[in-house]
Amino acid sequence: MGSIFNLQQVVNGLQLGSIYALIALGYTMVYGIVRLINFAHGDFFMVGAYAAYGAFFLFNAALGGSGLPMAGIALVLAMAASGGIALLTNRLAYKPLRYKPKLSSLITAIGVSMLIEYVFSAIPFIGPSFRAFPEILPSRPIQIGPNATISTQAILDIGVAAVLMIGLTVLVRHTALGKAMRAVSQDKDAAKLMGIDVEKVIGWTFLIGGSFAGAAGLLAGMTYPRIFPFMGILPGLKAFIAAVLGGIGNIPGAVLGAYIMGVAETFATAYNSLLGEGIAFAILIVVLLVRPRGILGEKTADKI
Amino acid sequence: MKIPRTPWLLVVAAGFWAVVQLLRLVGFNDYYLFIANLSLVYVILAVSLNLINGIIGQFSLGHMGFAAVGAYVSGSITTLIYKLSPNVAAHYPGFVLALVAGGVAAALVGVAIGFPTLRLKGDYLAIVTLGFGEIIRTIFNNIDAVGGPRGLLGIPKFSTFTVILAFALITVAVIRNIAESAHGRNMIAIRENELAADLVGIDTTGYKVKVFALGAFFAGVGGGLYAHLLQIAHPTQFGFIYSVQVLIMVYAGGVGSLTGSVLAAFALTILTQVLKSFLSWLKAATDLPIGGDWYMVVYALLLILIMLYRTEGLMGTREAKLMIIPEEDEK
Repeated sequence: MGSIFNLQQVVNGLQLGSIYALIALGYTMVYGIVRLINFAHGDFFMVGAYAAYGAFFLFNAALGGSGLPMAGIALVLAMAASGGIALLTNRLAYKPLRYKPKLSSLITAIGVSMLIEYVFSAIPFIGPSFRAFPEILPSRPIQIGPNATISTQAILDIGVAAVLMIGLTVLVRHTALGKAMRAVSQDKDAAKLMGIDVEKVIGWTFLIGGSFAGAAGLLAGMTYPRIFPFMGILPGLKAFIAAVLGGIGNIPGAVLGAYIMGVAETFATAYNSLLGEGIAFAILIVVLLVRPRGILGEKTADKI
Repeated sequence: MKIPRTPWLLVVAAGFWAVVQLLRLVGFNDYYLFIANLSLVYVILAVSLNLINGIIGQFSLGHMGFAAVGAYVSGSITTLIYKLSPNVAAHYPGFVLALVAGGVAAALVGVAIGFPTLRLKGDYLAIVTLGFGEIIRTIFNNIDAVGGPRGLLGIPKFSTFTVILAFALITVAVIRNIAESAHGRNMIAIRENELAADLVGIDTTGYKVKVFALGAFFAGVGGGLYAHLLQIAHPTQFGFIYSVQVLIMVYAGGVGSLTGSVLAAFALTILTQVLKSFLSWLKAATDLPIGGDWYMVVYALLLILIMLYRTEGLMGTREAKLMIIPEEDEK
């Protein structure tokens, strides 16, 4: 006993948290800009994992089995596939409902999520069964303490997440597009009056959010090498909860929430597997009751 | 002068009963009867969800969680009685009581969930109810006394057509009468503008919790009937996707229209069965590798198309009026 609270669990939690963070960023960016819980976001993550899986079988032979270029191509293709499907979803399903009641968009999002999952599950060459994700880069453990190791895979997960998050921060803080995003999230109408093409900004947001989910899909496939068409549901929900925990619409909040979530889930699972499954929802309920705006969220009031 | 209303609901239900009994005589086989039974169970689930989502406007995504509570509680009771003495006919009073017990258990769970969560609105409430629905399912998946992941097996087949129809009739009648009462108007006020409803003195939280409990009660009864129809209560029967299926019925029929929910429950249950048989026929005829999941693709597309092109569903908020006496124009 007592061994569940150790350095190894922290490392595992950070690794899981990195994947959650990449998904949560998409949730929080989309919510910040269009005030929509994009239910289908978890499925963009799944699409990314399958795109990476497909990329491996298309290109691995041509690359002669060398790991690093293959991982690079898989990453690019996973991000492109997820970003593309996010953009398409926005264009076909969410855009026509932009100025309709919020619940219509939410229900449509549930429909899109179901559609992606079941199309993947129904297509014969993908199918509903589990598939083993190929080993693109062999992972080996590195000793970092008396009872703890960190795998090269964990370093890769945390590293890729960190690079993408730094890139996003630079984009949001220092580019014209980032400035436009911040403006749209504050006040869509005023942004439009200032000459910002709001729909274009929303499109970019979906593209970036979706491609981050795609990167998370690749990393999750490499880390937990088992993929199936419904793999996006639970990580999607947990990442959403992480975004709520951090303060939905707030980018640093989503990252913070995701790492808290990853570590909390790892500890809870080590204690009891049922608790591990339920901890996310327990966190959600406590947050919504105690501090609905999340850790870093800003306070909002109902307008009459 | 008040003229007594013709109890059209009763007439329609009796007519439906008579038609099915007549059809039974001329080769209406067990499969068709099963579809009729299943449709009626979905009527109960859809109408009770419409009370929560449509009439009082609280978006719940965990309806099947309540159905699971009803299914497991009533299933456990009847399985126990059935083991003690397997004389089926003598057990109907016990069955009805078991269903009610399942409903009450579901209602208690509804209250327990409703108090903390109904302060939330819109999309947050949707996520939290989804979460609770999944938690309930996970709990049943981990209780070994009710079969755990194997499910509760050997539930006696007590759900006959007449019993299911009677409960469907009671569900629709009770919920319609509530919706048309002064309480119902308060609920609609909460749906239309909660802040304004609060300001004119309607106890919004009280109504929401009560409606949640009532909807959960009928969902529990529906779940019980479902388990006694399929003779099994299994955690996978009550997953999120099935809550969405009931939700699609509510939206296809029209949120706020009970008639719409009834019609959509029938239409979509029949559509599902037709699609399933069509797909297996196509698979056998063409020898193509066609997955069984295509009918869910149709469901998903249906939901998206309803939202994009006909948000109000089939009926909008209207009800079928079968009154002979012309009503005064309400506009």
